[in-house]
Amino acid sequence: MSSQEHTIVMQAKGLVKRYGQVTALDGVDFELRAGEILAVIGDNGAGKSSLIKCLSGATIPDQGEILLDGKVIHFRSPMDARRSGIETVYQDLAVAPAMTIAENLFLGREMRRPGLLGALGFIDKKKMLSESINRMNDLKVGIRSMTQAVETLSGGQRQCVAVGRAAAFAQHVVIMDEPTAALGVKEGNMVLELIRRVRDKGLPVVLISHNMPHVFEVADRIHIARLGKRAAVVNPRHISMSDTVAVMTGAKSVEDLPAEALA
Amino acid sequence: MNALKAKLPPMGTLGPAIALVLACAFFSFQHENFLTLQNSALILQQVMVVGTIAIGQTLIILTAGIDLSCGMVMALGSIVMTKFAADYGLGAPLAILCGIGVTALFGLINGLLVTRIKLPPFIVTLGTLNIAFACTQLYSHAQTITNIPDGMNLLGETFPLGSAHVPYGVVLMLALYLGVWIWLRDTAQGRHIYAVGNSPEATRLSGISTDKVLLGVYVLAGVFYGIASTLTVARTGAGDPNGGQTENLDAITAVVLGGTSLFGGRGIILGSLVGALIVGVFRNGLTLMGVSSVYQILVTGILVILAVATDQMSRKGAR
Repeated sequence: MSSQEHTIVMQAKGLVKRYGQVTALDGVDFELRAGEILAVIGDNGAGKSSLIKCLSGATIPDQGEILLDGKVIHFRSPMDARRSGIETVYQDLAVAPAMTIAENLFLGREMRRPGLLGALGFIDKKKMLSESINRMNDLKVGIRSMTQAVETLSGGQRQCVAVGRAAAFAQHVVIMDEPTAALGVKEGNMVLELIRRVRDKGLPVVLISHNMPHVFEVADRIHIARLGKRAAVVNPRHISMSDTVAVMTGAKSVEDLPAEALA
Repeated sequence: MNALKAKLPPMGTLGPAIALVLACAFFSFQHENFLTLQNSALILQQVMVVGTIAIGQTLIILTAGIDLSCGMVMALGSIVMTKFAADYGLGAPLAILCGIGVTALFGLINGLLVTRIKLPPFIVTLGTLNIAFACTQLYSHAQTITNIPDGMNLLGETFPLGSAHVPYGVVLMLALYLGVWIWLRDTAQGRHIYAVGNSPEATRLSGISTDKVLLGVYVLAGVFYGIASTLTVARTGAGDPNGGQTENLDAITAVVLGGTSLFGGRGIILGSLVGALIVGVFRNGLTLMGVSSVYQILVTGILVILAVATDQMSRKGAR
């Protein structure tokens, strides 16, 4: 399979980010294809979180450019990224615990009532509720009532709410930063299943994870970050977990890998 | 059965109302005049100032903040409006607006210090508590201001309700509660106040400017303190430089007794009205029983600690 067959949704070229004396990103490239789950892995300090921050608008790269659907974009804040259709899910369950699921789904994007009341800021709770039910059903998230407080849910269910919110509003890309790190085995699998469904709906997913079994379970391709650059992009179906880790830690170089392992 | 259960308010909301009923029952056994219409109207009249301050205080506590300066800012507002009327001959409406302007300005200062310099609300308002007190004393020369225009007494005037007389100020307070309750429940701005108190991080990541929400809340609280200034002037017919001292803690007590969590993001504003009534009922009932005011302060202190302990324990239970 040659890469020309794939539409590239999001791309970064030669991103550089320095923090004082430390070079976090040293000319990293990045490519996200349509309809894939791309895992981003790397040791601590390899530059994966700096890369993700640039893609989600949380930091501004010193050099290099980011393209979305082939057009150069300049994010100055996470809000800019959101407006371009990129939603980010964070590890630490970024939900308001005492508020209902429906309220959390629409937090900051409340649906207004029609007419004067809406202009005065009155929200349409009924519409938000039915929309919440539709969207969560779409993703087959089995939560009984959208009017229950998020704090009544398990950690995995809460993360499903966060993923569901991102998937519901993202037009282009969903970025997930360690979405399973705070979860147990069963709960983690629940979220992985949901991530697959998000991809199957046609949204490409960038998945940052330390958890190799999780990465190998869901990823279509794996971007390996190392020393502020992209060491390789590998195909999890043609490479072993130990070889992947070896590339990540520098024990093996890309030339040592068989050609079909690269993606 | 479950549908009914879902419609009923949770225990945390009902608790304050039950406490109010129990307190009323207790005092009506202690004194035959307690449960009369006249005395009930008197309690309402006594509660209208604290109740109005408690609206502003509730908004701040919902954001996980606290305002220790509320009573003192209210006192400063009442001095400003009465002195502006007495010294410069301003008409009542304009003088009242100036007073509310000053209390809103204090809210703005509190809000700016909390959002821009990221100081804890506790420390900020402890500072402005003293600043407002000093300003009040300096500006009034510690003198009560009595020569005020008739228009300033308007909200203290009463209308008959059965055999009792209810001041218009009470109606204003109840209307404010109703309005703020609907606003908090049904508007995006209102929900954002809860969200900020619940999880500032999640709120920020949702693209809401938490600083704007907080600043708005502190300024709005200042406006409510100014309205309370108007009510206290109307009730007493004077600007009292030593006012606001009991109201300061009573307002916080009312909010906490009303079931709003000091940890932010949880509570219903109508609870604060119930809480203010509980404080009022205790003060009134103990006075009827001939208990000295020092013991009333003692009881208020115990009530606050009880309420906060209940809040803390119910949160643990929810985990």
